[in-house]
Amino acid sequence: MPEAAKTIEPFRFYTRMHLSALTGLKAATLEELLGLVRDVPGACIYHHTHRFLQQHQYLSPEPPNDFAYWVKEVLGENELGEQLASIDTVQFTTIRELRDKIAATIAEYLKENPSAGKRFAHEDQQFHFIKSMSFVLPTKYAAANLSEFADILKKVTIDSIYFHVFEARLRLEKGTNDFSLWMETSLGDRDLAKRIARLDPYTQTLEDLRATIIGIVQKRLAS
Amino acid sequence: MTPIDDYIPIVGQSVIDDLKLIAEKLEGKLIQHINSTAVGGGVAEILNRMVPLLNELGVKTRWDVIKGGERFFEITKKFHNALHGRPADISGDDYSHFLEVGQKNIAEMDTCGDIVFVHDPQPITLIKKRGANKWLWRCHVDVSNPAPELWKFLREFIIQYDSAVFSAPQFAQQLPIRQFLIAPSIDPLSDKNKELPKEVIDAVLLKYNIPQDKPIVTQISRFDRLKDPVGVVEAYKKVKKYIDCRLVLAGGGAADDPEGVQVFEEVKERAGKDEDIHILLLAHNDLEINALQRASTVIVQKSLKEGFGLTVSEALWKAKPVVAGHVGGIPLQITSKYSGLLCHSVDGAAFAIKQLLNSPAYARKLGENGREHVRNNFLLTRHLRDYILLFHSLYHDTDVVYL
Repeated sequence: MPEAAKTIEPFRFYTRMHLSALTGLKAATLEELLGLVRDVPGACIYHHTHRFLQQHQYLSPEPPNDFAYWVKEVLGENELGEQLASIDTVQFTTIRELRDKIAATIAEYLKENPSAGKRFAHEDQQFHFIKSMSFVLPTKYAAANLSEFADILKKVTIDSIYFHVFEARLRLEKGTNDFSLWMETSLGDRDLAKRIARLDPYTQTLEDLRATIIGIVQKRLAS
Repeated sequence: MTPIDDYIPIVGQSVIDDLKLIAEKLEGKLIQHINSTAVGGGVAEILNRMVPLLNELGVKTRWDVIKGGERFFEITKKFHNALHGRPADISGDDYSHFLEVGQKNIAEMDTCGDIVFVHDPQPITLIKKRGANKWLWRCHVDVSNPAPELWKFLREFIIQYDSAVFSAPQFAQQLPIRQFLIAPSIDPLSDKNKELPKEVIDAVLLKYNIPQDKPIVTQISRFDRLKDPVGVVEAYKKVKKYIDCRLVLAGGGAADDPEGVQVFEEVKERAGKDEDIHILLLAHNDLEINALQRASTVIVQKSLKEGFGLTVSEALWKAKPVVAGHVGGIPLQITSKYSGLLCHSVDGAAFAIKQLLNSPAYARKLGENGREHVRNNFLLTRHLRDYILLFHSLYHDTDVVYL
């Protein structure tokens, strides 16, 4: 393996906390949902596709996004619910692309199943659009090499892991997660970077993700 | 006063470290909470615990209370009912008196905070005094369906604030100012929620003559129609046909509430002579409520309307399986089939209670998930974090903020 001590730039761990902002926008039917999915700020799409990861992080990764949950549980459209739940979020590198995919999935389903447009949610079960306001700040932790990185990864909050894996890649449009970026550019370990980048973080809990990354890094250190 | 570090064993060191990190960055700012009462009611209860903790974290915080006579509070009680969508006869004189009292408070109150945090409608007119400082309005009530005339009256004040804060998404309104969603919280170290030794629980059950010989289904709530205690008795009767269990309905505050007394009588009548139904009119006693919740097999909150319904979080925190009405803030606390069961009717409630009593492993899993959900989302530490972030939000207008 590459020499871990020869890092150029230490990895600074940041953390991210968020506030939920209300928009006052709501949908009672699939048509309304579709219209708003196309129109609302990207911060709304981000919120509704990522909220569960943090708020239900003790669960296995289900249900994966609010749109899928609402369509299935409230409107009773199981097939569309499954289609929305199985959108492979990890393949999208911008919120815009993810939004387009969600909108296209709903539009296509409505085209093929016009009767689905007639279902509507009771007033107390409407879909309320919320957006995330993120606050990013540095923690006291910085790793100068891979061994320190593994040790710190055991200590930081899941919010920190969340920030570097999800927010950096999709919301800040870095294309990959921060860990892989550092491993490749600072450590010169392209193979390790790839292995971390290849993980699908959406199909595990944040604690499982932490354990998986630590496992991969420790294996690398031992090799 | 409970020191902030006492929460570390419950939420973890890193959560408290993060609170200190964001609190530090508010150094030099004075936060001023203003509400209408120092004691009694949910707002005073939460401020009593929060203000010392914010100060301990280094966020300089003070708390002031407006003045208002009996008539003023009768009017604001009408406001409260009308905001909940209940009929309330608010006259022109009522509005005038409300504004007069507001004017006196404007003259007397020193709104010196860098951030003035006004709670509920009673002190809302203070905004007329705003200077270069920041102003927040926190709405603690369910305004999903407010009386239009009252809302129009209040809206004129609300839109002068920098931001408004609501407890559930369906309370959001179309407003030209920013609105945030901040749910209330429970304090895991308070008498109502702290761990209790078995002897304490047994003693409370003995005091109220509740044998622990069969599963106990409990609803803790005021005897109020909106909590549907009669519906709970009906659901219990449907369950009882198949599963032998006890029902505990416990609540307080009925003595000074004429409707409460009537509802209490209706519940007793519906219960009939069933000795397995225990209807308890409790004096305010958090420890006893805690014990009753902990002794329960299933906890019910079959509300027809709810501001937030924090009794659900209290029950989930005790890892109890919960059956609750799909109203107000309850769906935020329970994702049905993941962290409890939601219902819309007596039959739905009965079915859910039967499921939980018949499937202890499923019930245990829902309870455990519920406890973790509350740990992540409805404890006082999360509430503190949201408030501190809210204070920061006043100085930034982008979706991603680097502190």
